[in-house]
Amino acid sequence: MLAKRLIACLDVRDGSVVKGINFEGLRKAGDPAELAARYNEEGIDELTVLDVTATLEGRRALLDTIRQVSARLFIPLAVGGGIRSMDDARAVIDAGADKVSLNSAALADPALITALAGIYGSQAVIVAIDAKRGPNGFEVFGRSGTTREAREAVGWAREAADRGAGEILLTSIDRDGTRSGFDCELTAAVSTAVPIPVIASGGAGTPEHFREVFSAGCADAALAASIFHFSEHAVRDLKQFLASHGVPMRLDW
Amino acid sequence: MVAIVDYGAGNLTSVIKAFHAVGADVRLIDSIDGLAGAEALVVPGVGHFAATASLGPDWRAAVREAIDSGMPTLGICLGLQWLFEGSEEAPDTPGLGMIRGRCFRLEGPVKVPHVGWNTLDLPSRPSRLFDGIASGVSAYFTHSYAAPCVAETAATTTHAVSFSSAVERDLVFGVQFHPEKSGTTGLKILTNFLRVARERR
Repeated sequence: MLAKRLIACLDVRDGSVVKGINFEGLRKAGDPAELAARYNEEGIDELTVLDVTATLEGRRALLDTIRQVSARLFIPLAVGGGIRSMDDARAVIDAGADKVSLNSAALADPALITALAGIYGSQAVIVAIDAKRGPNGFEVFGRSGTTREAREAVGWAREAADRGAGEILLTSIDRDGTRSGFDCELTAAVSTAVPIPVIASGGAGTPEHFREVFSAGCADAALAASIFHFSEHAVRDLKQFLASHGVPMRLDW
Repeated sequence: MVAIVDYGAGNLTSVIKAFHAVGADVRLIDSIDGLAGAEALVVPGVGHFAATASLGPDWRAAVREAIDSGMPTLGICLGLQWLFEGSEEAPDTPGLGMIRGRCFRLEGPVKVPHVGWNTLDLPSRPSRLFDGIASGVSAYFTHSYAAPCVAETAATTTHAVSFSSAVERDLVFGVQFHPEKSGTTGLKILTNFLRVARERR
């Protein structure tokens, strides 16, 4: 049976993971490669590196980060943040990413989805959608959640799938950073509308939140960052909790 | 040295990296001349079955000859499907035809593409590819079409329907999942494949 996936997100700036990481035994706190290896040992199903830098130096550092992370990792690796063109996508894929995540660039130029899927296959193209509840339903925001787009989330997800996206990474702006739980209504609305997998993001705070998003939210995968940093065995404990509540999980690694 | 066929179907970085990790020398080849001197052949690939049209009659003849002369061959993902006679996805594109049957589109009350970690059910018969691996282990998949269960099936996986997640016959091996993305299980499978190649040297 296909397992539900847990994806750890590393927010990386200038080659270091931002957000507090306090694992014991890491030679360098915030080293993406060490943290990735640690998550891998703990049984994480997939990793996402999100580049939160804007500078050219930061982009170069990102490619080094991807090389270092992917050198020791034999699970899927997605990279997002600031990928605006075919050249940007090619650079991160050549550095070792298996998937690229497009957000603002896909909104500005939806044909980029099809072009990338044509070269690397749909499985390599994730369209990231940042959505917020508003008067017009689930409204889509671009540019790191700062610009409201004239699109709503379900329709945009359908279009992205039609254009060749292989997965949707759906973030609730309302819930992001709150640790109050995923927006299951948003996730279910999108997940039941598209044939491709939907990764829920934003709001993870407790194991129960994951159980909810995999059941009521119909999510195929869930992504989080800080919850996995709370304790040394957060990933393993979460997987065992979910498995004991009937959520299909990969438990061999 | 392991020859990996580069026919333009996706990115090969991860496959190369995984073979390096299990101690293999790797050569990317884009013509049949590259087969000379190889101890094993890998046909990777992601995407549309039509991409395998680049592996035309010359390639099919050369790969069959290589296998007949004792070169172990591993198809990965689209490469497994290519070992069969063809696929619904591109009915006019012939496969290698080493294994009888045609690939079909996954359908049912499930998401397609089939993306993520799913379990491998191994039959009781011995397999060199799965030597030391227990039935029920997980591997990483990403595909919309799948190969039927046949006599050569070495592992089955179910996503609404059951399909061949691995095939094995003599020196012909194929995996629908991505061993290069399947953690320690995946590396173990690549190690087992390499062992077959080295035993023949």
